[in-house]
Amino acid sequence: MKLPSLRDVGTEARLLLIGIPVFIWTMLPIYHMFLFAISPKEDAFAGKLWPAHPTLHNFHIVFYQQHYFLRDFWIQFWNSTVIAVSVGVLTLFIATAAAFSISRLRVAGGRWVMNLALFTYFIPAAFLAVPMYRTMGTYGLLNNHWALILAMVTISSPYAIWVLKQASDKLPVELDEAAVMDGATTLQLFRLVYVPLMMPSLVAIGTYALLLAWNEYLYAFLLLSKDTDITLPVALGNFLAADDSPWELLMTTGFIYALPPAAIYYAFKRYMVGGLTAGAVKS
Amino acid sequence: MAITLSTSDQAIPSPPLSERLSTPQIWGIVLLAPYLLVFLAFVVYPVCYGLWLARHPSSYVALYHDPIFARAAVNTLIFLVIGINFKMVVALFLSGFFIQERSWIKWLSVLFILPWAVPSIPTILSVRFMFNPEWGMINQIIFKLTGEDGPNWLNDPTVALTMAIMVHIWKSLPFWTLILMTGRLAISQDLFEAAEVDGATWWQKFRFITWPSMQMLYVTCTLLSMIWTLGDFNSVYLLTGGGPADLTHVLATLGIRYLRLDQLDLSMAAIVCALPLVLPLVYFMMKRLSR
Repeated sequence: MKLPSLRDVGTEARLLLIGIPVFIWTMLPIYHMFLFAISPKEDAFAGKLWPAHPTLHNFHIVFYQQHYFLRDFWIQFWNSTVIAVSVGVLTLFIATAAAFSISRLRVAGGRWVMNLALFTYFIPAAFLAVPMYRTMGTYGLLNNHWALILAMVTISSPYAIWVLKQASDKLPVELDEAAVMDGATTLQLFRLVYVPLMMPSLVAIGTYALLLAWNEYLYAFLLLSKDTDITLPVALGNFLAADDSPWELLMTTGFIYALPPAAIYYAFKRYMVGGLTAGAVKS
Repeated sequence: MAITLSTSDQAIPSPPLSERLSTPQIWGIVLLAPYLLVFLAFVVYPVCYGLWLARHPSSYVALYHDPIFARAAVNTLIFLVIGINFKMVVALFLSGFFIQERSWIKWLSVLFILPWAVPSIPTILSVRFMFNPEWGMINQIIFKLTGEDGPNWLNDPTVALTMAIMVHIWKSLPFWTLILMTGRLAISQDLFEAAEVDGATWWQKFRFITWPSMQMLYVTCTLLSMIWTLGDFNSVYLLTGGGPADLTHVLATLGIRYLRLDQLDLSMAAIVCALPLVLPLVYFMMKRLSR
């Protein structure tokens, strides 16, 4: 084995000098949350870097809903799940159909629709929140899960359509022509040729919409208000209403809430990085 | 019959409607319809309604006289101009760090994505408690080390706004670093090898090879990040709640504040005031992306 030269050691040291602060910066808020989740209240509030008696008691309290703020934990978890899955499925359906229509069928005016969708994508969602809130009131959907589902579909589909259109523009036209030659109808073309070929992008977009809906706070907090209707992030925000909030329980709930999206992200990372970053900014 | 025949002979250029609307075209419209319906019901209608709410000039006069609005506008500009440019410079620097081929850097990059992968609400609340003046971890450590009480972090508007910007950077830095990494990886290695042979310093390599091939991407990312950051509600609302004394609001949280106070017209007027800034940026981005 060759001894590393002085220059190599210097380079490595400089890289570590960047790497260690980056590691601390990245992990600190997450570690702090984890620390609270496994600490008894006294340890958490004493500012210890590791609790004297690590415990899973906080998780027990959350899972058995043994606190005033947590009495609807499971139903809120269920609300978050139903809304996220519905948004994922609906966005996939709407965006795939639209991308197929614009990119493969070259429907008249498709370019226009694409530009309108892109325009919506660039307008910050928070700007639309107040009029959306009033609109949902007019439609009589306030405090109904459909309000949040439809709002999130509206926000997620422009980007979904754009990414799917970019991906389907890359499929060769000859495929469609060959299928039509063999007597395929438009619907068969969609079902048997287009969807199977688009699978990787569809997985990425479904995951994107699902995570977007699971993570959403602002719209959820405007559109839903009853304790048994709200999603988990709104419930977390409601902890702040009290002066002596049980922070160790808040952090435990937050930790449980953060786990599924992190797991999904890492499981689909292959698709996410390929499918989404390429589309996010075209260089 | 004869008359209709002769007229149809004359009108050659436009084929009858049934022919222009072939089966694929009809399917195209049917498949596009769901999105169009969503767009009309949940984008066009709310936008028109919002503009209609903001139609009175008196709303703008009221905004002009509201010191909280002026403060929020300044805060938003600080957030965008200083916060985002700082973030993008750091992202550009870190993208150079993360493309180094070391196994520990590969592992670090997996962890580095975490802030982007986890939802922002619990982590923002985690930071909020970390800086709690009495029980937060930071002040407890300061007390143990120095024996003195730490500052009341979130009670100072300047510090609080800086922390909100920091939380925003913490959350979105991984995403932009990742994008800029793909830009760096697309540069041909031959160029760097040739520069190495010619004895170029790292600064010269960056200045004459990396930067020229990345500057378009970098500018696009910066503009896009600015547009999106205008809508960053969570970082400010959940960390400071706009306080102390409504001094750390940005436009996104101010709209909700006016909604809470039942001043809908002011809420919409505040957003309309941001449009002269937003629309040119959006136009530029659309030009870039719809090519």
